Amino acid sequence: MKYLQEYRDPATAKKLVAAIKTAATRPWKIMEVCGGQTHSALKYGIDQLLDGAIELIHGPGCPVCVTPIEYIDKALAIAQVPGVIFCSFGDMLRVPGSASDLLGLKAQGADIRIVYSPLDALTLAQQNPDRQVVFFGVGFETTAPATALAAYQARQLNLNNFTLLVCHVRVPPVIEALLNSSNNKVQGFLGAGHVCSIMGYHEYLPLSLRYRIPIVITGFEPVDLLQGLYMTVKQLEEGRCEVENEYSRVVKAQGNLPAQALLLKVFDTVDRSWRGLGPISGSGLALNADHDGWNAERRFKVANITTQESALCRSGDVLQGLIKPTQCPEFGVRCTPEKPMGATMVSSEGACAAYFHYRIHPHV
Amino acid sequence: MQQLLDNLIQPVFSNPLLNQKHDSAVFDINGVRLAFTTDSYVVKPLFFPGGDIGKLAVCGTLNDLAMSGAKPLYLTCALIIEEGFPMADLQRIVQSMQRTAEEAGVLIVTGDTKVVDKGKGDGVFINTAGIGLIGPGIESNPRRIKAGDSIILNSDLGRHGIAVMLEREGLNFAHEIESDCADLSGLVGDLLAAGIEIHCMRDLTRGGLAAALIELAATARQHIEIREAMLPVNSNVKSACEILGFDPVYIANEGAFIAFVPEEQTEQTLSVLRRHPLGRQASRIGQVKAAHPRGTVTLENVMGVSRVLDLFSGEQLPRIC
Repeated sequence: MKYLQEYRDPATAKKLVAAIKTAATRPWKIMEVCGGQTHSALKYGIDQLLDGAIELIHGPGCPVCVTPIEYIDKALAIAQVPGVIFCSFGDMLRVPGSASDLLGLKAQGADIRIVYSPLDALTLAQQNPDRQVVFFGVGFETTAPATALAAYQARQLNLNNFTLLVCHVRVPPVIEALLNSSNNKVQGFLGAGHVCSIMGYHEYLPLSLRYRIPIVITGFEPVDLLQGLYMTVKQLEEGRCEVENEYSRVVKAQGNLPAQALLLKVFDTVDRSWRGLGPISGSGLALNADHDGWNAERRFKVANITTQESALCRSGDVLQGLIKPTQCPEFGVRCTPEKPMGATMVSSEGACAAYFHYRIHPHV
Repeated sequence: MQQLLDNLIQPVFSNPLLNQKHDSAVFDINGVRLAFTTDSYVVKPLFFPGGDIGKLAVCGTLNDLAMSGAKPLYLTCALIIEEGFPMADLQRIVQSMQRTAEEAGVLIVTGDTKVVDKGKGDGVFINTAGIGLIGPGIESNPRRIKAGDSIILNSDLGRHGIAVMLEREGLNFAHEIESDCADLSGLVGDLLAAGIEIHCMRDLTRGGLAAALIELAATARQHIEIREAMLPVNSNVKSACEILGFDPVYIANEGAFIAFVPEEQTEQTLSVLRRHPLGRQASRIGQVKAAHPRGTVTLENVMGVSRVLDLFSGEQLPRIC
């Protein structure tokens, strides 16, 4: 557990809290991009420790939350095809589609399996040559290389009973979309550490320059978050806007080059719609022409899906940091982790779920 | 599961004994107080590091009796076996049941065996029921929990759930984690023999420490506060939880329990527990603060910030990244 305990040390955390409170002359609005950071902040009570010295705005970096409903519905359609083994990461199972969720289908008998790696799904395909095995590839640049590797290997092996439903997304375009929004109030960003461990942080330099905004690549432990916030506050107070790296024990400037090469080999950058946020140019990754033979959308012909999103769910506003989950009238009333209206209430990284689990919910 | 119990099953069977909502029903026959309980065991895989479904089926029912303050006497054993299940495995399982019962000093005195068609069962399911004797003056009941009580935990958290999960999912972590599956009745017997005035005990099975505390707080209508820093978690379990995105307070145990005791008996309770192999790591993890209209549990984290401990809906699902 080395590299973890020292980043949860209460004494270090308290020193950083005091340093932030001393440095901040006003309640700067800082967005932690990644849902893992949101959960950590709520779990450890970082916002309470800071006591209003700065305002944390929760960002859109929850892969489960932003996967468009259209893809959830496609997943549901494919998982119901007789003979299909549908493989997914665990926390996609409860995300509501238009009419159901994967967990519901599983309970009705669909063969839906939780896997930890796309390569486990590939192995399942090899072990079950008479079944069609489909992997649901979602997530940011963090999980995309593993999906890419599965697609690459499937092509190398010419494995014809394996396909991928790919809906990967990229962080920099969504940061840019938030900054371009007329509603934007974010003054500094904590960059998503794990995404940058793959991609490095060169993509963030032009963003920081163009929008004159500090971006501090930050880890996930309480001391990481506080250190990242302190570095952001220092920049804001000193009028600097740079890309800095708090998470240097994991993130290198150039990132993971073999993983990046694999992404280029397998995916094209495409426009993608984000759940709650709408279409964002260049924000998605999709299988390229070389790997189109392993595209589940094509094999199962689920291109035209009509979706029905809850009219009451305000997850879009939550994902943009415009409201806190508790400001949604449905929070904890008609929308709970048991019966979620939107994906932000489901995921282990969703902001609504974080507030529900770690805060006294007013209505319950 | 809780909803199913509360909304469908409990209302139909409703009676004063069932409505005690404790691990066992406790009743009096001709001046003799007995505890009576049953549980069914469906675990995948059937054999896991630290135990198997047979040991689990015996320990689970012994523990349910022990949590009521009873000394277990007799058990039943009902087996539902899927056609084609290997005889050698079945033999291992029943031998494991017998060995565990023998060690606990109880007899398996009646039972039943059914075979179901292939594909209609998952290898083998076991149901055990048990009956135990409660000594005079002993009453372990959620309604006795009161403000000021110390909450004592006998061991570390999360070993069973993680061991079974790693085995089931074929995840190979560097160090093997063994289930804590164990009969707690001896340990509880030691506490009772020492004259500790136990208000309530609960084993930390499905839903782990969190589920047990939340349910007890609701039944007792008390505010319970625990301190995260006091919760022992084995470092391998901690690592596995980090990787899988789980919180050890929600993970099932099969050899862990909490006891609510008067504050002034805290040290004595700890010293009795620590003398027993299953209580070496005993610690005081928190306290009952005050009456609360609905009952609530708060956890003070290592940063000194309190948060409400909430039940996760359904099973914890491994996260994406």
